[in-house]
Amino acid sequence: MRFDSLLDVVGGTPLVGLPRLSPTPEVRLWAKLEDRNPTGSVKDRAALAMVAQAEKDGLLYPGATLLEPTSGNTGISLAVVAKQRGYRLVCVMPENTSAERSQLLRAWGAEVVPSSAAGGSNEAVRVAKKLAAENPDWVMLYQYGNEANARAHYETTGPEILKDLPTVTHFVAGLGTTGTLMGAGRFLREARPGVQVIAAEPRYGELVYGLRNLDEGFVPELYDESVLTTRYSVGPHDAVRRMRELMEVEGIFAGPSTGAILHAALGVANAAVRDGREADIAFIVCDGGWKYLSTGAYDGTVDAAEAALDGQLWA
Amino acid sequence: MPVEVRIPTILRPYTGGEKIVAAEGSSLEGVVKDLDARYPGIGERLIDESGLRRFINVYLNDEDVRFLDGLGTPVADADSITILPAVAGG
Repeated sequence: MRFDSLLDVVGGTPLVGLPRLSPTPEVRLWAKLEDRNPTGSVKDRAALAMVAQAEKDGLLYPGATLLEPTSGNTGISLAVVAKQRGYRLVCVMPENTSAERSQLLRAWGAEVVPSSAAGGSNEAVRVAKKLAAENPDWVMLYQYGNEANARAHYETTGPEILKDLPTVTHFVAGLGTTGTLMGAGRFLREARPGVQVIAAEPRYGELVYGLRNLDEGFVPELYDESVLTTRYSVGPHDAVRRMRELMEVEGIFAGPSTGAILHAALGVANAAVRDGREADIAFIVCDGGWKYLSTGAYDGTVDAAEAALDGQLWA
Repeated sequence: MPVEVRIPTILRPYTGGEKIVAAEGSSLEGVVKDLDARYPGIGERLIDESGLRRFINVYLNDEDVRFLDGLGTPVADADSITILPAVAGG
């Protein structure tokens, strides 16, 4: 396959069956390998769409500065788009993220402004908004409220899944900015009434929920509860256990957020088996495991990995 | 019926620092009322006139109660309830 540039490779990822992890021949799991995007994560889709929209809106000029609060993957995706299009990128990233994330961001040419670990991504959003106010000429794409983020999945991820799996009954993805679930979920619901849209929300250690008061809580502007049918909270123990199971049983090397999603997908798969229903369950593999090797996620016992991830933004 | 309720750091001043407390009720609303009787003031941090507060998420055995029956969600013996503030991902 030939492409004009790296950015033309975004999307069009494989949907791979999981014959060994699927509970029965009637209840089937399918993994959408988003790690096959140019920077290795699902966020390439949103980053490309948000920059393209900002260009269309006339917000960007050669040498313009982009600003984004990110726990890593969105920043890495934006760094490549920015480099290709001639923009500068400043990322605000919580300090409790894996070493690989800041190394990759810097290697791809982004500037990293660390935000404090307590409060996690909420704090990164707060710092980025402050920087945006101080630098009115910078353009904050703001993945949590940017319609182009969800639209990228409405126009690409959702249709790709439907084309490859016309019998899809369930779609399972991670809940962060909510862009993947809102976009692909909305598309699949419209195309196949009755399809179930299931969110797997990472449950972090206490440090991440260390807000000063409840009014500092955060719900992304993109979030529309009516798109979802179920929302599961998945802790690091189940996330790591499933992530390793996916590698051991099916050979797919993914990060902990994918483990959390697989945990939710297996939950709905087992429910379908109990109810005697057929199911085709598509779930998102957000990224590969590479960026998490230094965290110990793949090393030692699951308990040790869980302890190592405590307080980290592992999804 | 006794259930186990996990309290987030931000609400632990109400529970004397306890992370996990017991409460009783046949629905989530009943559990919240019982919690408020045991730890006065915690109830209004969780719910307001419109129901669960916007920045509060409650999970029954890891499932978000907003996708069950909200405050009316039935609660059974040995269920586990987790309360967390809403935080950003991405």
